[in-house]
Formats: sequence, C-alpha cells, structure tokens
Amino acid sequence: MAKNRTEVADIDRSLYDFSYGEEGFERLDAGLTPDIVREISERKNEPAWMLERRLKSLEIYHNTPNPTWGPGIDGLDMDHIVTYVKPNTDQKADWDSVPDDIKNTFERLGIPEAERSYLAGVGAQYDSELVYHNMQDTASKMGIVYSGIEEALHEPKWEALIREKFMTLIPPTDHKFAALHGAVWSGGSFVYVPKGVKLDFPLQSYFRLNAAGAGQFEHTLIIVEDDADLHFIEGCSAPKYNVANLHAGAVELFVGKRAHLRYSTIENWSKNMYNLNTKRARCEEEGEIEWISGSFGSHVGYLYPMSVLAGRKSRSSFTGITFAGAGQNLDTGCKVVLGAPDTTATVETKSISKGGGISTFRSSIVATPAAEGSAASVSCQSLMLDDISRSDTIPAMDIRAKNVDIGHEATIGRIGDDKVFYLMSRGMSEEEARTMIVNGFANPVSKELPLEYAVEMNNLIKLEMEGAIG
Amino acid sequence: MSATPLLSITGLTASVDEKTILHGIDLDVAAGETHVLMGPNGAGKSTMGHVIMGDPVYTVNEGTITFDGQDITDLSPDKRSRAGLFLSFQAPVEIPGVPLSSFLRASIAGRPGLEMKGKEFRRRVKELAAELDMDTAYLNRELGVGFSGGEKKKVEMLQLLLLQPKLAILDETDSGLDVDALGVVSRGMDAYRRSTDGSLVIITHNTRILEHLEVDRVHVMVNGRIVREDDASLIPWIDANGFDSFEREAAEQLAAGESR
Repeated sequence: MAKNRTEVADIDRSLYDFSYGEEGFERLDAGLTPDIVREISERKNEPAWMLERRLKSLEIYHNTPNPTWGPGIDGLDMDHIVTYVKPNTDQKADWDSVPDDIKNTFERLGIPEAERSYLAGVGAQYDSELVYHNMQDTASKMGIVYSGIEEALHEPKWEALIREKFMTLIPPTDHKFAALHGAVWSGGSFVYVPKGVKLDFPLQSYFRLNAAGAGQFEHTLIIVEDDADLHFIEGCSAPKYNVANLHAGAVELFVGKRAHLRYSTIENWSKNMYNLNTKRARCEEEGEIEWISGSFGSHVGYLYPMSVLAGRKSRSSFTGITFAGAGQNLDTGCKVVLGAPDTTATVETKSISKGGGISTFRSSIVATPAAEGSAASVSCQSLMLDDISRSDTIPAMDIRAKNVDIGHEATIGRIGDDKVFYLMSRGMSEEEARTMIVNGFANPVSKELPLEYAVEMNNLIKLEMEGAIG
Repeated sequence: MSATPLLSITGLTASVDEKTILHGIDLDVAAGETHVLMGPNGAGKSTMGHVIMGDPVYTVNEGTITFDGQDITDLSPDKRSRAGLFLSFQAPVEIPGVPLSSFLRASIAGRPGLEMKGKEFRRRVKELAAELDMDTAYLNRELGVGFSGGEKKKVEMLQLLLLQPKLAILDETDSGLDVDALGVVSRGMDAYRRSTDGSLVIITHNTRILEHLEVDRVHVMVNGRIVREDDASLIPWIDANGFDSFEREAAEQLAAGESR
C-alpha cells in the first residue's frame, strides 16, 4: 500500500450529465431587457402588480453591482443565460401523460419511485414550468394547498396572499441576484398549510435544468399557519453543459405561532453551475424552522439559508453538509437573526473538500437589542481529503442585546491513517474504508433525511469518492 | 510443530520514521497452535502485530512474512484479512457516524462462506453478542464512540468470532479489563478455538488471561528481539520472576556486542 494515499481522483459524473433534445421548446432571446420581462409576464398572463414588481426588480438588478466578497462569478455571462424556456407540455395530473423524454430524465433521477411511495405528491419542475404535479388526496382533504405558484397566482384567493408575502422576506434590494430573480422568476411551488393542520408525511418537489444556457429562477413560497406542521423536501440535480449555467431561485418560508416547518434540500448541480440561491424563513412566537441542507456539485455556490426569529421563543436549527471537489468553490453557511426575546438557534455544518476544491463556511448570527435571553450555537466541522484542497471558516457575530449566550466551534481535520488501517484490516479496500469514514462524517445530516434521500446522499458521496488512490 | 507452518516470519526487520523497532525476528506458528508473545513495555510486541497485519506506518526493511503458503510481506491489510489473518487492536479506533452493525456487515461482504443475508446476519450477530454478554443496543451505536475500554475489547472479540480467521493476533486484549470483562474475553478465545481450530498469537504482559488456555509456545521479546522461546512452563516462571532477568541479559549482550 502506498504511503501517500490521500489523493482521490475526481469522479465521472456522467451518471448525472445527460440531457435530451430541446425540440419543440420555445426560447427567448438571450440577454435581459424590460421587453423580455414584459414578454415573460404577458405569457404567464400575470396580474399587473406582478409585472410592475418584475420591472422594478430589473431596474434594481441593473443598478446593483456583483458581490465582491465571495467566490468569483466572472465566468457568468448574463447575455447567454436564457431566462425562460417553456417546456412543450402543460401541467399533467398523472404520470402516463408526461412526454417520454421528460419521463426518461426523471426516471434516471428516480422520481417515479418517490411518486409511487407513500409520499404526498411530486411537483417536478422541468426547466421553468411545472410539468407534473400530483397531490395526494390526504393532503388536499386536510385543506393543504400545494400547487405551482403561477397556478396559485390565478386564483383570486391566493393571489391576495401571494401579493402580501411575495418577496417581502427576500426583497429585490437584498442583492443583485435577488433582484434578477424578482425580474425573471418562473415556476416554483406554493404551499399553504392552514391553522392547526399537521401533515405527517413530507411534501416533495424535484426540479432540474435541462435547456443549455437556461437559467432557473423558481420561486418557492410556503406559508405554515399557527400551530400547523409541515415537512417539505426539495431535491434537484442538473445535467452538464459547456456554457455557464445559473441558478438563482428564491425560497420564502413563513412559519406561524407555535408552527413547525422542516425544509430539507439535496442540491446536486452539474459542475459548471453557478448556484446563487437565496432561502429565508421567518418564525413567529414559538414557531420553529428546521433546515436540512446537502450541497453537492455546482462550480460556484453561494448558499446561506437565513432564519429571522421574529417571535418570542421562536427556534431555528440548521444541519448542513457541503462537498467541494475539483474545480468547485462552494461558499455556504447559515444566517440567523435573533430578533425577539428567548429565541434559540443551532447551526451544525459539515464540509468536505477534495481535489483542490474550496469549501468556505460562512455564518452570521445577529442578536438585535430585542433578543434578551436568546442563545445560539454554531459548530462547523471540516474534513480535507488531500493537501491541495481548502477549507475556511468565517463566523460572524453581531451581538446587540444583553444576556445572550452565543458559542462557536470549528474543527478542521483529515482522515486518520489509523482509522483507514483499522477498516482495511477488516477486509475493506482503501477506497471502501475512506468512503465509509466520509459517509460516517456526513451521517448527522443523512440521518435527518427520509431513507430514500439518505441513500441517495450516501450514493452521491460514494460517487465522489470513486477513483484511483495514489 | 508441523512441517509447513501457517505463519512463518523470517529475519523480519521493521522500522518507523527511520527508527528500527524489530530486529531480525524469526517466528513460526502452525495451524491450530496457541502462541504467547510476552515482554516488557516497549519491547516491540504491538509493532510485531501491526507489521504482520500490514500497518503502512511501519516499513519492512528485511525479511519475509509467509501466511498459508503465500508471501504476504507486501500485501495490503485488506488482502491479508481476506487471506485469513486477524488483529485484535489494543486501542480500537472510533468511526463517528458509522453504526457498528454496518461496519460488521461491510467486514464480511464478499467473503466466501461468511457473507450472509440481512436476516441471517442479524441473527448471527445477536447470538455472538449474547455469547459475549454484550447489549445488542451497541449494534446500532457508532463504532467505538463512547464505548468503554471493556466494550471496545468485546467488539474486537465479536469480530474475531464473526470473521473466523485462520490466525488471530490478540494485542493486549486483556489490558485494562476488570475480572468480568476478562472472563468474557477468555470465553471468546475459547469459542474461537472450539469453532474454528484457528491459531492464536496472544500478546500480553499479564499471565492471568492464559490460565485456562492450552499454550503451545511462549516467546519473550526484549528490545525488538526474541530472546527466549519455550513451552507453557515458562509462563509460571515469568509470573514469579518478571522480565528483569531477560532485560539484564539483553543489556549485557548489547554491551558485550558494543565492546567487541
């Protein structure tokens, strides 16, 4: 066995790098103008207020500079991002009527299994339109609304609610890509859980990019009313392309008094993707948000789910893992605003880097003057699989309240040779031994996921670990 | 001793960080035999166990290790394990996030005659756990994490019984154990000998574990050399006299060697 054996070759991602032709798909001219935004809005037959917001966002977008503090996004050429590609199919209620090429793509991602299972329903977004949406009877009988957000916008009852909430948690002034999202957003989910309704199985949504150069700007809006309970799972992966791909979605979550929302994500973007996604939750009194987040793939990632603890005794927990391989620069973490008395927040993250990948953990905890009696703890563990990778931790804390308890710990480590030897002495190959150790490291995240997603994540890690060992 | 020993070590010299630990070791263990390797702390006993198992921390500078008719001197540890060698670690590692049962399952995967279906595997492991007075709740816990010293050693014994190697090296499996745990380890060794007729190399500096065991050969190691070999009658002698005389002799020989 070679002594210097921490080198793990980059994996063949061909399993995820497949795509089907764009025949029959409509495309808009590349580049962003007010006319394009009008065209998008017109085609969606949107209310006038939404078009106004889009145009306002576009203006903000053009007047906002790129971020200067994170990984470089110079490779992102906005003129080549087609913002809207409409699939050649409208919403389908059952699986049989979904076109074959789209079905093939989904099947390779295992979506039919999820559909057939006990789970609530699959809202799978293909490019920018919701092509398949099926809601299990139980959920709707309980009064839960789960639909495409564009669809909901055409229902007067929900239009008013969407107008009240849409992009209030993530205003277009937040950053350049929030503004871009506001201008060109397309597709996404709308979930409304009425007061006191508790759903005991997770709602799931899959989406992925298919058209070359197409951006993905889906908007997810979830409202969980007082005393209600929901688990929502978002999973996605994308095929690989030669031109820069952009994902700038937005997720806005409203958690009512004593309500509970768990929001789980596994993102597995192709390695040319710029994932500039924004996610935010607001919790009222004694409300609780739980984030479970697995970030794989993508070339550059900026991802910091944020919890605004607005109500007394509201809670936030974040459990996340990031895997940065060759050519990847993933800047991920979590933000929490302790904005009321006696709030609590925990942030627990794991990061893995290999093959020269850069993984940066960035957290921000802000305790406002109203946060008296609040507590937050931040923990970040990093694992570097070789000498050429990089792992950084940037925890920021801004404490403006008395009597708050805030702690942070970070560890950076390598795989111990003694552990590898132990496992090998039990018959495992070196690669199997390392994969087992890395999967164990990721376990605190995978154990929070439903079994099929945990298996998928373990398989992703296995794929990432495959290859020659020096 | 049979004509072709199961394990045959010839002229083995091994080092770590340019420092030589083992100096020209010769050792043969026949199938079904029980050998004891004794000696004071720092004699190189554990190093010997690790080198036989193929720990890459150590460099073999000279000599060969032959096992079951195959030269394994340059084989990786997983191949040695699959050839039928086993090392019970003095300090078993912790692997956070990996349940003990998953680890055990992976250790028998792809081994002819040992790989089992899920149900059979669970039954077998439960049986072994009961035999070793182990709470089956441990099977769902993370490997080694938060286990006491005694529990870690029980897990090593459980693997010994599950993997049924042709030859097992037990590195200080008895150290730091209370009387009850010692009893469990003894039972484990008995069960292994009964079920497989496998060979044992027991590394220890404590003779208590050897009381109920039929020992074929005792090797005494001092400063990386085997300085004395004899039958089981050496054990009570060491019990009474310790290693002082061996250490003195070794020092005298070294001095004589230097003065020559």
